[in-house]
Amino acid sequence: MRTRSIAATGLGFQLFRHALLGLGAFLMLAPFVIMISVSLKPSGEIFAPEFTLLPKQWHAWQNYTDAFTKQPLARYILNGFIVTGSIFACQLLTALPCAYALAKLRWRGRETMFMLVLLGLLIPPQVTAIPLYILLWQLGLLNTYAAIILPSTISVFGIFLMRQFFLTVPDDLINAARLDGLGEFAIVWRIMMPTAMPAVIAFGVLSLVWNWNEFFWPLIVVQSEHLATPPLGVVFFANAEAGTNYGPLMAAATAITAPLVIAFLAAQRWFIDGVTMTAVK
Amino acid sequence: MAGISLRNIRKSFKDAQILHGVSLDIADGEFLTLVGPSGCGKTTLLRIIAGLETQDSGDVFIGDRMVDDLPPKARDVAMVFQSYALYPYMTVAENIALPLEMRRLSTAQRLPLVGRFMPGARTARAGIDRDVKAVAEGLGIGHLAARKPAQLSGGQRQRVALARAMVRRPKAFLMDEPLSNLDAKMRVQARTEISELHRSLGATFVYVTHDQAEAMTMSDRVAVMMGGHLLQVAPPQVIYDDPQDLAVATFIGTPEINTLPGRIGADGRVEVIGTPWPVTVEGQPGAEVTVAIRPEALMVTRGAAGDGIVLVGTIRHVEMLGAETLVHVVASPLTRPLVTRIEPSAAAALRTGDPVALSTDPRRVLVFGKDGKRIAVRQSAPPLVPAARGETVHV
Ligand SMILES: Nc1ncnc2c1ncn2[C@@H]1O[C@H](COP(=O)(O)OP(=O)(O)OP(=O)(O)O)[C@@H](O)[C@H]1O
Ligand SMILES: [Mg+2]
Repeated sequence: MRTRSIAATGLGFQLFRHALLGLGAFLMLAPFVIMISVSLKPSGEIFAPEFTLLPKQWHAWQNYTDAFTKQPLARYILNGFIVTGSIFACQLLTALPCAYALAKLRWRGRETMFMLVLLGLLIPPQVTAIPLYILLWQLGLLNTYAAIILPSTISVFGIFLMRQFFLTVPDDLINAARLDGLGEFAIVWRIMMPTAMPAVIAFGVLSLVWNWNEFFWPLIVVQSEHLATPPLGVVFFANAEAGTNYGPLMAAATAITAPLVIAFLAAQRWFIDGVTMTAVK
Repeated sequence: MAGISLRNIRKSFKDAQILHGVSLDIADGEFLTLVGPSGCGKTTLLRIIAGLETQDSGDVFIGDRMVDDLPPKARDVAMVFQSYALYPYMTVAENIALPLEMRRLSTAQRLPLVGRFMPGARTARAGIDRDVKAVAEGLGIGHLAARKPAQLSGGQRQRVALARAMVRRPKAFLMDEPLSNLDAKMRVQARTEISELHRSLGATFVYVTHDQAEAMTMSDRVAVMMGGHLLQVAPPQVIYDDPQDLAVATFIGTPEINTLPGRIGADGRVEVIGTPWPVTVEGQPGAEVTVAIRPEALMVTRGAAGDGIVLVGTIRHVEMLGAETLVHVVASPLTRPLVTRIEPSAAAALRTGDPVALSTDPRRVLVFGKDGKRIAVRQSAPPLVPAARGETVHV
């Protein structure tokens, strides 16, 4: 009897919980569903009074070929890969040694330095935009890949995330490596990085999403269309091709979102491990 | 191969001084065990020898070379950690191979992907594989080569850690409680294996343990450490029979050594509970001392008090352990029971509550001063009961 009543309230609670989560998921997913739905429809159907999920008349092929041919969408996506890939590589190159020094080496001023890293997390990127712009202008780097990449090469968030993960790596592992003949940099790349792989991948996904979607900074430093990152490119396209052409616009939006979704799904298992800081056994 | 010498090593963390001037000479090929209670600085000392920690003052010599300025990898010692510290994402074979890779391959040859195409890389790798295989086979873990550490049992991990330490043939092995994660049975077996390993390698071993049985059975010499001081360094039997400090006497031996409060009488004889014992010491008359007797040095005697009998009391508890029996006796006015270790056959007739007398061989009575240091016995009367280690029971 008792167990049944517990099971019943349990069930009610479960239903409630899932309904709530379902509602959240619906609100999150709705814009994406509409984006995909619109990308399949001819323009006449998009503003039809009654909304249907699937088009009556399929227009997917035209929309997607328009998206890729009326603008250099493939180029934008390639730019996206170049920019996010370079940024992530640089971020790893700086974040891992910094995080190692902050988590595992003993030196004077370490706590102060870590406070500065935390402080860095609080500074919105817009604050440094103008000095950076002037600096890049003086270096003659405006309107190049370097202009997009350089300001993001050091990620305070990455340093913070990796440091937290490195703290869970046992000291003896590092001591064993020192006795086995590894230098400090070798320890970072051969011991710490593979041990912290879940965190590296989680950081990779976050960095990829952030920089792929970054609109503000590329808009400021890039004028040439052939350097445009995906979000910038789509906006160029929207402006150039103008108003009513929502089908191809949504097709382009779908195309540039796809890499993110694929990357996330591929890394999902690791990602969860990485952000929940599962300690290394 | 090389001996290790420590000269007056001091170390503090923040305000707490952990090592108070430790000096120790370990001979080439010796098996030295470092024992002591938790937190006394054993691991810290080992880490200083390995170069993982820097001492505040004092010198470390390995062989005849002062190594204070050498980094860990240049000291050519291997360490087995309590947690084993195996690299979790590498296979057993890769774990064992890493120290060789770092020594035999150039930086270019170690590069991922392209490294194996560098000139000479292939022969070097083949040599490494051969050595790794030989060491793994030798320790009976050859069949585990492709596994990850997480897929191994505690005993197997311990062997992998040993193999990784052995593979590069270091001058000395430092082992920090390598058996403490094993169950009792495995531990006894591994004890023998490590002893055999020491014999066959002929290298210097410095072995840290909590476990007295390990310290007593494996070592050439035992160093007892407490509160950052080395109290005594001697062969196991000497540590047991002839401790120079009360703390050493009570730390070594299970059950613990019996201690009784006493004082030095006017004639130099030690008095316990007001009764003079046939033990004369060189101390200030009137000084308070602690008298200590090993459980097997006390003999249970039933019946009338004879000449050699030193204490009378009643049996509180009889503990049968199979091979031996422990009899707990309360000798009033002392409240703490004295423990004697006797043959089970001799204990068969003993019951809780029985009145008994305890006798001892005066030569086995240890006397310690107030500072805990041993006080030399000038003369002790010859035994009044035939005293072959606790077997004698008069019933
Ligand atoms: N890096 C450190 N910073 C501060 N204190 C430390 C550090 N390492 C060790 N200590 C302190 O030094 C003391 C001795 O530590 P150590 O690890 O050498 O003890 P131990 O004898 O090995 O103990 P156990 O038998 O429990 O392993 C302890 O009180 C410990 O808290
Ligand atoms: Mg320790």
